[in-house]
Amino acid sequence: MSSEAISIPVSSGSDQTWTQTLHEWVVTVDHKRLGILYIILALFFLLIGGIEAAIIRVQLMRPHNDFVSPQVFNRMFTMHGTTMIFFVAMPILFGFANYFVPLMIGARDMAFPRLNAFSFWLTAFGGAFLYFSFLGGSGLYGAGNAPDVGWWAYAPLASRAFSPGNSSDYWTVSLLVSGFGSIGTAINLFATILCMRCPGMKLSRMPLFAWLNFVMSGMVLLAITPLSAAQIMLLIDRYLGGHFFDTQAGGSATIWMHFFWIFGHPEVYILIIPCFGFLSEIVPVFSRKPIFGYPVMVGATICIGFVSVSVWAHHMFTIGMNSYANSFFALTTMAVGVPTGIKIFNWIGTMWGGKLRFATPMLFCVGFLFQFLIAGLTGVMLGTAPLDWQLGGSYFVVAHFHYVIVGGILFAIFAAFYYWYPKMTGRMLDEKLGKIHFWLFLIGFHLTFDVMHIPGILGMPRRIYTYEAGRGWEIWNLISSIGAFIQAVAILVFVLNLVISYFRGACAGSDPWDAWTLEWSISSPPPAYNFSAIPTVASRRPLWDRKHPEDPDSRYE
Amino acid sequence: MNSAVAPAQTAWALPYRGKVGMACLIAAESAIFTIFVVAYLFYLGKSLSGPMPKDVLEPPLFYSACLLSSSLTIHLAVRALSRGNYPRFLLLWLFTMVLGGLFLFGTAREWHRLIYEHGLKISTNLFGTTYYSLVGLHGFHVSAGLLMLAVALLLAVFGQIRREHTPKVDVLAMYWHFVDAIWVVVFTVVYIVGR
Repeated sequence: MSSEAISIPVSSGSDQTWTQTLHEWVVTVDHKRLGILYIILALFFLLIGGIEAAIIRVQLMRPHNDFVSPQVFNRMFTMHGTTMIFFVAMPILFGFANYFVPLMIGARDMAFPRLNAFSFWLTAFGGAFLYFSFLGGSGLYGAGNAPDVGWWAYAPLASRAFSPGNSSDYWTVSLLVSGFGSIGTAINLFATILCMRCPGMKLSRMPLFAWLNFVMSGMVLLAITPLSAAQIMLLIDRYLGGHFFDTQAGGSATIWMHFFWIFGHPEVYILIIPCFGFLSEIVPVFSRKPIFGYPVMVGATICIGFVSVSVWAHHMFTIGMNSYANSFFALTTMAVGVPTGIKIFNWIGTMWGGKLRFATPMLFCVGFLFQFLIAGLTGVMLGTAPLDWQLGGSYFVVAHFHYVIVGGILFAIFAAFYYWYPKMTGRMLDEKLGKIHFWLFLIGFHLTFDVMHIPGILGMPRRIYTYEAGRGWEIWNLISSIGAFIQAVAILVFVLNLVISYFRGACAGSDPWDAWTLEWSISSPPPAYNFSAIPTVASRRPLWDRKHPEDPDSRYE
Repeated sequence: MNSAVAPAQTAWALPYRGKVGMACLIAAESAIFTIFVVAYLFYLGKSLSGPMPKDVLEPPLFYSACLLSSSLTIHLAVRALSRGNYPRFLLLWLFTMVLGGLFLFGTAREWHRLIYEHGLKISTNLFGTTYYSLVGLHGFHVSAGLLMLAVALLLAVFGQIRREHTPKVDVLAMYWHFVDAIWVVVFTVVYIVGR
């Protein structure tokens, strides 16, 4: 990479027709545009997945409800899970990584810009495949449309005999294609972080967001691929008459579970680690202190990366493994809680004695801290094999992982939106709407998911489309559903805020939060190719050094 | 845009992105192969009906030797390129492709024999399913590699590959070495452990 100054090409003028603009966006290889495309794709699917969740909650609002048929209900929870994990959480995090990793490490683009565009379009077409199943899923068999085998598609449910038609094939191909997209992005992020850093940006000086995405990409390479392999096997079973998961021919249904969860559990960390990255950037800026325990944070993340690939079978305690396997996976599950707990101390240590500013990004971060802690505690409960035999497959589990994904990951993503939206668009998000969004979402979240633990303890299984009255589940389900609608309203406020602020928001300037990483050193939105001259850094907070030449960080490193 | 404290302008050298990218791809591919190898080992001896591996499999020693020696020829080819010896590069590159092609021919012959003489298809039993999947996955990678080698050959014939492109050609060679290394694993699992 050359480090000479370049003249920044003039960005697209306003005299373009909309077809020209559209063409520019479709053929773009610019990491910032691809980042925004990822985020828009994810927001689109967030609305669809949210509608599916709403249908589920309406159906479960009262006993013997017949808002949707059992068949439709099965499709809704399958599509909701698949959509939210693969086409909301993953692309939104890849979008932020795409946009900000090159900016933070002082690079002009990703290592492989064309691979970047290719990966995005794979993901987009994967999503299109999944939803095309509503039209083409019935195939020639007149069977049901849209996959209805649950997001983990356990064998033999996903075999030809029990899932006729093409719906499960669309599910398989969709995850295979988007999986290849994820692998491409991971390769790209990994190579970008290793090979494209600006002079002086040693690994030990890299912003934590870049570090955590580095670990995340490594995990994607090793954890998404088993899913791809398992999907290939499933396709062989369904189309070539193979017997991988065919118990009639000596195949094993359990091995599908293993293959799925070898992917499935690291996936949770693939999603949460970039969120740790968001917090590690936002909390220091709004506490006016550098991050507390930078090396420990990096070490703990790498530690999570290793330990989290050996915990998968805690999703499978209820299938009856032997006691050695149960003990092993219970112990590793407890162990992975340790580095995760260390991070909580990192952020609290950063806030401790800091000059806190409770702007909207910080509010979401504080919400994350509490909720992620509680999610971790119910995780420890479920990681205890004997208790899992009682609670596995119940609404307690559903409440637990939604606590992680909504209370943790989604809160961190909202924080990232409020923090970086000014950089991406040049406009601030409205603070008043932001606070309304935060409080509504917080209330809705806790109504839905705090309460949802209780029917789980009372024995309500997940994935049932209705239930008998008189089991004591009614009131909890009703409250959960009410909470879901408050969350939906909050999301609408958020979307409204995104749209209104894009046109009417206050101008952000290049550095609205008085932050310290390189992305804030250039205009908002950043010009094509980002840096007219490649910067040189001498500490972990290059912008602090520039703003405070009398007391630079580099003096203490 | 200079920072307040300019560091000593020592050489700022970072690894070549092509090499890192290929290493990442290899890591990802290794994970895919691991799952297929685990499935193969897990299902050993679990077939409910024949044919069984020990009855029908013969180690393809000659063709394996072809594939493994192609690692050496591609290495020598890249070295020839780095020294600007283009005819030697072309010859060795072509030789590598012939060796890879021979290996694929060997696989095809073996499959033909298994299908027509022993009636072993992918749907026959668990052995058939896991065998054709694992060996086929590897064969697919060899084919993909050959395709890329062919593109490079075409470019080289038209004089588009020069000495300064050595690092890029080396990335392709890395992939080829990986395909060979995986064959060592597949060979061990299928023809030694599996029989």
